[in-house]
Amino acid sequence: MSTATVTLEMPAVSFERVKPAPRAIGGTHVEHRPDSESRDWINALRDSGERREEAVARLHALLLHAARFEVSRRRAALPHLRGDDFEDVAMQSADDALVAVLAKLDSYRGESKFTTWAYKFALLEAAVKLRRRAWQGREIPLEPEVWPLFEARGSSPESGAEHSELFRAIQRGISHELTPHQREVLVATTLNDVPIDVLAERLDTTRGALYKTLHDARQKLRAHLAGQGLGLDEDGKEEG
Amino acid sequence: MERDDKLLRALLGPEGPELSCEQCFQELDRYVELEVAGRDAATAIPGMRAHLEGCPACREDHASLRSLLDSSSR
Repeated sequence: MSTATVTLEMPAVSFERVKPAPRAIGGTHVEHRPDSESRDWINALRDSGERREEAVARLHALLLHAARFEVSRRRAALPHLRGDDFEDVAMQSADDALVAVLAKLDSYRGESKFTTWAYKFALLEAAVKLRRRAWQGREIPLEPEVWPLFEARGSSPESGAEHSELFRAIQRGISHELTPHQREVLVATTLNDVPIDVLAERLDTTRGALYKTLHDARQKLRAHLAGQGLGLDEDGKEEG
Repeated sequence: MERDDKLLRALLGPEGPELSCEQCFQELDRYVELEVAGRDAATAIPGMRAHLEGCPACREDHASLRSLLDSSSR
């Protein structure tokens, strides 16, 4: 069984975030209770002996179903892998998800079906493993080697004068306003389409930490544009 | 122009506050079940939709769980 279970740890620093909504109606806190099927799952998994063993086996089958589903969805994007490779990824993902689910059983709040809650662990494990396989052996472009393409966007006739100005301002912002690390993360994940888990693995950090860096870089860029009277509205359209 | 707008959205991210990746994962199952039930998931979990717009990996995780639940209910 692999020990490389995927985690989404956040850095121990705060940044602009919203707290999940309190579960309240008319000011009254609403306690969520699992449905009967979910309670059966939890009780069996917390039991001992044969009942627990049987529940763990059923849980593994459930997780394997989800992992195979994810593998099937992504199969076309990985033409260099063989059928056995896909089944190995699915099985390893189910194994790792089983470890994660059993370790986090106390964090299940009963706000969704237990099976939905468990599925997400297997889907995450499979997705991360397959993204990493897709980038295995590939160099990760951290520098803005796409500048020529980017500049073409900024100067193409169909972009229009205002769009061109916006692109040039963004390019200046990326070059001069961001820290080297912010620039690397922004360029890799948004211009070079490197998956954030793949970048996290290469930089020996976490997805959560990198997303915070990306978030901060975007905020700096928005502030830079706003300072020049440029920006986007809520739909991502240029404000005119 | 559409391609330019997509690139701009990726570079500048969503407007307003958003959940973190960790919070997104914690809320993902509830969010998707609300969606499948036809409820207003975005209002029930503020910041979730903005994060899904800004984070391609979490967006893929959301699409996968939604698709799995949809296929299970058929």
